[in-house]
Amino acid sequence: MSTKAISRSTAAGRDEELIPRYSLGERANHWLGSLAYIYLLMTGLAFWSPYLYWMAAVVGGAPTARFWHPWLGLIFTVSLFWMLKQWHGDMRIDDNDRAWAKAMPDYIQNRDDELPPTGRFNFGQKLFFWGMLLSVILLLLSGVVLWYTETLPWSLRYVRYAAILIHASVALVTIGLFLVHVYMSTILEKGSFSAMVHGYVTRAWAWTFHRTWYYEVTSGSRPRPRQ
Amino acid sequence: MSQASTEIIRISGHAGSVPGAGLNREFQVCKLVDTTTCIGCKACEVACLEWNGYTFSETTFDNTYQTMPETAWNYWNLIKFNEHERADGSMMLLMRKDQCMHCEDPGCLAACPADGAIVQYANGIVDFQEQHCIGCGYCITGCPFNIPKFSPEARKVFKCTLCNDRVSVGLEPACIKACPTGCLHFGTKPEMKELAETRAEQLRNVSGFADAGVYDPPGVSGTHVIYVLHDAKNPELYGGLPKDPHIPYSVRLWKGPLKWLGNFAMIGGLVGLAWHYMRYGPKNEEPIPPDDRRRV
Repeated sequence: MSTKAISRSTAAGRDEELIPRYSLGERANHWLGSLAYIYLLMTGLAFWSPYLYWMAAVVGGAPTARFWHPWLGLIFTVSLFWMLKQWHGDMRIDDNDRAWAKAMPDYIQNRDDELPPTGRFNFGQKLFFWGMLLSVILLLLSGVVLWYTETLPWSLRYVRYAAILIHASVALVTIGLFLVHVYMSTILEKGSFSAMVHGYVTRAWAWTFHRTWYYEVTSGSRPRPRQ
Repeated sequence: MSQASTEIIRISGHAGSVPGAGLNREFQVCKLVDTTTCIGCKACEVACLEWNGYTFSETTFDNTYQTMPETAWNYWNLIKFNEHERADGSMMLLMRKDQCMHCEDPGCLAACPADGAIVQYANGIVDFQEQHCIGCGYCITGCPFNIPKFSPEARKVFKCTLCNDRVSVGLEPACIKACPTGCLHFGTKPEMKELAETRAEQLRNVSGFADAGVYDPPGVSGTHVIYVLHDAKNPELYGGLPKDPHIPYSVRLWKGPLKWLGNFAMIGGLVGLAWHYMRYGPKNEEPIPPDDRRRV
């Protein structure tokens, strides 16, 4: 376990000192899931609308996309369940989250000082995680039906009718979650994206956005993520 | 008629205009199957295989005269047999030639996401263009007649073409040519409809089948294969011919309201996020105050 403090620059102050936030395994899994999701999104949107059919051409053509989409779906599912194994402790929703949820308008309007201090993940991140996990279960179940749709006998055609609606509806929900997640972690909250790439955040970032976690990790009351 | 089969009026998964949209052709083709004069000889099955270049498939015996339980990707024409006991105790051996119905409002085409994989010609023929098929199987979900069949080897879906290749050069479909009893007819939709109605009337008035009628289901805006049935009130008796076929509601919902709602939500979401950034801007980390009591 690395506990050595790494500085961005020798001239930088203590606030700039970096502390580890995501382990190598967490980051690797996150990007595995991300790449799988982006492929699923592009090919799924190609099947969703004729106006987006070109997206399948970008990744090798529609028949190829039809072949790989289910397999990438399996990879995405595995990635999310691995994430569940990695993060289930940190993703538990507690009383603090309920207080945070009440103050969500403050979060949306960037009045972060008004919010109760959060642990490693805030309530929004937890919602995203559990939302994606629930979605992927529904997408997997309906997806298997669509994958081997021709093997279902005619008497079970209503399963197909349900699957096609569930798969499209739940995919739309995940697109909403995905858009908000990408927006927040790339352009909205500075420092989040590099944290998922390099694994480190500044002390100031941790103090600003995840204060309880910052105190825990700097006081040594919780182990630092393995880099 | 030969020209009409190249006039495409609908294209699956297609974003642009359609060459033949709005065409009003005089001749819409139609196949008439008179189940009351079918003898179940299966000559049409063989003719279909021969013309379309398929070898005879292995048969499945399930205590009827039927070749196999349902049509297959390389077996587009199947006589369905049903031994039916009537209310008066007498037996009837019902035989119906099952194949693509060539719906006026095709569910397969509505469900298909692949540009150009399913086309509907102005003469009414609904044809799969396998070179554009991506093998998703959505047409299987969209069809109310259980017709499109997936080939695991080709990873594409196949079905009866109504012998589009023959019709386009002025020939009748292969099955029509093979029928020895004349229970199969081919012509324009109005002609076939008239012939069918005449036969149904004869069955009602002369042959004692009070419920005889023509099967041309309005739920799919009519079909380009129509049946004369002894008992038009119970089409299910004829190898599971659906009573009121229509494009499944879930397919309609998916390709209609859900699509609009989804597109609106996705575009709205992007606009909303851009608005949020412009209105509230980024969240920046703040310096830790020097008097932070738990500073470590």
